[in-house]
Amino acid sequence: MPDVEIDRIFRQEYGRAVAVLVRHFGDIGLAEEAVQDAFTEAVRRWPAGGTPPSPAGWIITTARNRAIDRLRKDSAREAKHAQAALLHAREEPAEEGPVRDDRLRLIFTCCHPALATNVQVALTLRLLGGLGTAEIARAFLVPEPTMAQRLVRAKGKIRDARIPYRVPREADLPDRLRAVLAVVYLIFNEGYAAGSGDLLVREDLCAEAIRLGRLLAELMPDEPEVAGLLALMLLIESRRASRTDAEGRLVLLADQDPARWDRALVAEGQELVRRCLRRGRPGPYQIQAAINAVHSEPPTDWRQVLALYDQLLTFSPTPVVALNRAVAVAEVDGPAAALALVDELDLGGYHVFHAVRADLLRRLGRGAEAAQAYEAALTRTENTAERTFLRLRLREIR
Amino acid sequence: MKQYLLSIYQPDGDPPPPEFLDEVMARVGAWDAEVKAAGAWVFSAGLHPASTATVVRSRDGDALMTDGPFTEGKEHLGGFTVITAPDLDAALDWGRKLAEATTLPIEVRPCEGEADG
Repeated sequence: MPDVEIDRIFRQEYGRAVAVLVRHFGDIGLAEEAVQDAFTEAVRRWPAGGTPPSPAGWIITTARNRAIDRLRKDSAREAKHAQAALLHAREEPAEEGPVRDDRLRLIFTCCHPALATNVQVALTLRLLGGLGTAEIARAFLVPEPTMAQRLVRAKGKIRDARIPYRVPREADLPDRLRAVLAVVYLIFNEGYAAGSGDLLVREDLCAEAIRLGRLLAELMPDEPEVAGLLALMLLIESRRASRTDAEGRLVLLADQDPARWDRALVAEGQELVRRCLRRGRPGPYQIQAAINAVHSEPPTDWRQVLALYDQLLTFSPTPVVALNRAVAVAEVDGPAAALALVDELDLGGYHVFHAVRADLLRRLGRGAEAAQAYEAALTRTENTAERTFLRLRLREIR
Repeated sequence: MKQYLLSIYQPDGDPPPPEFLDEVMARVGAWDAEVKAAGAWVFSAGLHPASTATVVRSRDGDALMTDGPFTEGKEHLGGFTVITAPDLDAALDWGRKLAEATTLPIEVRPCEGEADG
């Protein structure tokens, strides 16, 4: 069996294995090392002996044994801690039952507010996604040693400051869950529109974010915002193929060919949105998902989109939401009404603000001002696909 | 159990008016009592102003002294409390309450080693 297959299995089971081991041994570093040891052994034994019937079970059992070996050999590790772990490990059989809770505990630990957001993101990708340090570094355009140090420091802080390994208590859950969802969405956004690179989309990160979203939806079926985020990501992802043309140029929603949308993802996203609506506990992710669900049935019903933005503003009264709402206003009440709203916003540093202004000015026949706005947008983004799009628009009105 | 150092950082310059300060001290006193009642209190101290500090360094067996606090910044350490807590969440809970009582930022930092009890 090729190594690439073992690689794939380990990557898939990494989060689960690490999560169970952290519960047994209370040490993330040890858990990771043990899973690495199990991987080395798998590479040695699976090609000849075949893949075990339950790879996850094999990995967890083997990793536990390797962890015990490590604890026995490494006298530097706190003796008291090691003894307790050995006792604990010997008593319990290698079960997979509480596995779901373990991964949930791990996600909440990775996204603890005592850790900076960029650290939360890196840890989540590493421990739950099983991504390598080099991969994560590349994804966020950070040198590999920097990312390696970031991860080491984070694990050190979890250990030394004793960040607890548990699902937060009821009172803290709303805020903590919001942080987890924000991290997952951040990962998705990073994958969807690479900040300053040549590719408009980065598939791995989107796939990973969706995978995490599905896991969360499975583990927290009573949280509608979790379903909302998953629906949002699925619906955005469904349009991946049509978002850029053959030359890699940006294609606006209105110009996209719905035939190229992934119908399965659209259906899944829409069904999740319907289920969320029935629950009657709206929230920002659910509403954004609903907006995308409306877009997924062209031609877009802009009145419905506008009503949804009105609702979204009550949850997230931010200038960016107001900007997006203004785009809907333009479709319902005309560009003049929208421009009046946009000009009130304090978003001078945001390239999309200038791009929206430019488009509205263009539609109002104010070409010179539109050109200035496109120029302003160009100086505020490094994304190649976006710049190409803006330059094309600029050329059209000159 | 682990020990955590909770440090109160106050801005340099004139102290706030006595009415405000009295209220803060009352709230800090109540916080102290709550920590002690919970069995989490190890030690605490309010410090005299930074101007009363002296920094001593050793160079080639000689003691070199400078007048004033270690860091010349916009804030200085005003006081601290050492508590015991089972984990960071518990320590941060105490830190949050102290931040509310003082209206100041509180640094919560773990001490090395294990505490008894």
